[in-house]
Amino acid sequence: MTERPSLAVIGAGPAGLAATVAAAALGVRVTLLDSAAEAGGQFYRQPAAALRAGRPQALHHQWRTWEGLRGGLDAQVAAGTARHLTDHHVWLVERRTSPGAEGFTVHALLGPEQEKPVEVRADAVLLATGGYEKVLPFPGWTLPGVVAAGGAQAMLKGALAVSGRTAVVAGTGPLLLPVATVLAAAGVRVAALVESADPKAFVRHSRALAAQPGKAAEGARYAAGLLRHRVRTLVHHTVIEAHGTERLEAVTVAALDSTGRVRPGTGRRIPCDTLAVGHGMLPHTDLAETLGCRLDGLDVQVDDEQRTDVPGVWAAGETTGIGGAALSLAEGHVAGRSAAARLHGTAPDPRAWTAAAKSRARLREFAAALDDVYAPPAHWTDQVTDDTVVCRCEEVTGGAVREAVTELGAGDLRTVKLLTRAGMGWCQGRVCGPAVAGLAGCALTPSRRPFALPVPLGVLAHAGESENDDQ
Amino acid sequence: MSSPLDLARARPGPAFTVTLDGREIQALPGQTVAAALWAAGVTSWRTTRGGARPRGIFCGIGVCFDCLVTVNDRPNRRACLVPLHPGDAIRTQEGTGHDD
Repeated sequence: MTERPSLAVIGAGPAGLAATVAAAALGVRVTLLDSAAEAGGQFYRQPAAALRAGRPQALHHQWRTWEGLRGGLDAQVAAGTARHLTDHHVWLVERRTSPGAEGFTVHALLGPEQEKPVEVRADAVLLATGGYEKVLPFPGWTLPGVVAAGGAQAMLKGALAVSGRTAVVAGTGPLLLPVATVLAAAGVRVAALVESADPKAFVRHSRALAAQPGKAAEGARYAAGLLRHRVRTLVHHTVIEAHGTERLEAVTVAALDSTGRVRPGTGRRIPCDTLAVGHGMLPHTDLAETLGCRLDGLDVQVDDEQRTDVPGVWAAGETTGIGGAALSLAEGHVAGRSAAARLHGTAPDPRAWTAAAKSRARLREFAAALDDVYAPPAHWTDQVTDDTVVCRCEEVTGGAVREAVTELGAGDLRTVKLLTRAGMGWCQGRVCGPAVAGLAGCALTPSRRPFALPVPLGVLAHAGESENDDQ
Repeated sequence: MSSPLDLARARPGPAFTVTLDGREIQALPGQTVAAALWAAGVTSWRTTRGGARPRGIFCGIGVCFDCLVTVNDRPNRRACLVPLHPGDAIRTQEGTGHDD
């Protein structure tokens, strides 16, 4: 091969950045495509440049890791070994198999308008598409002022914006701690942090947790921050209703019993104008699915080298399973090195990534323990009344979903969708999927979506007509 | 009281004017539609197609499409993604945004 092989990395979060730097350093021409104006992904989401933040690290932790990643990317871009395409929203990755034209075409839409198409060709692709937040429904969750916990954090990190003066942070999962802490630091009164998990559940996983002293220290730092800002923490509690007419005015929280049911008579009303709520994370797998990659449950399945079962396609970070930024970094590093070796026609030497592989194994075990501890309350569907909107886009209620199951015999997500329109709207079921599955009593399975984003018909009509890489 | 701008020691350029349903509001360079509306105390800028219920930001990262709004007569823009420019006209979006 006379020309250096090329790799398209999709997503500039921790996994994509680590992979880009690793592969570019090993002589691969890397094109990093990302939808944001700045690298960083959700974890290291940067304030818009025009806001000229003098101290963006006040909104983050592990800032040094970010500086290392950004420095690594900058160096590769300056050396001409990598290019970083910002504001590129990838809607499809297409595999080309015709003789003499093997490889991949990455289809993206440019900028916030997402109408101008761009095609990027590469010999291989690495999917580092990250994840998004899962929020389970309850009465009032569609009121303005109720936001996803990660959404509140994203608005703060990216736009330096908060929506009100008094917030409740609720749900389950490790994300709630940094969200409550950063809201409080930004001047919002955090009236309560409401976590449905039972602290006793940690005891079952003491080994996995003890193997991560850094994580324990991180947790202790958040606890100290919450104490400093006088944030009341209610564990084994859940939000059962959000109140208001045109916008959020208060929430009712209640205690859970040992089986995960709401204890009658324990409800208390907390006035607030913001509810930041989340119940964990889901991986973005649309691009992998359309490429035909095998999924393991909801996660893209990868081997020890982070290869999917489709030749030429690697995956790293949250798309292979939710596990946090440190795991994403380890996976990205391995994926980048593996891709570089394979593109040069050699087998990689796993000794080159021993440290990353060890870290990956430990962090996966830790993520599995967290997943178990922070499972949503076992009987959360009891709180979804028949008139609670479940599918926000199509305004499908809990009652309609239940009717589809009990009266019409629907037994899976697709049938519920066909009978009720739940999941047929703008978000294509990304938000309501877990809720509909829970109410229907079936497993949450990945939806087959032909495109990862809405695509203008004109773009679709002309896709693939350009002969050359547009860049 | 501290604010997110203070916390990050932001020194944005001068504010500019945009309109929300004809009313003038101030926006900072770099702010998205959603950020400027939040800063102006507005949390809802859309009504749903079915129940005409108010909606604003939900996921904050472009996944949920709950924050759709009409910007410069173009409906269905995601307020959490679209940056503002001086003179932009934001309108509350009713239903699909194609009826008015």
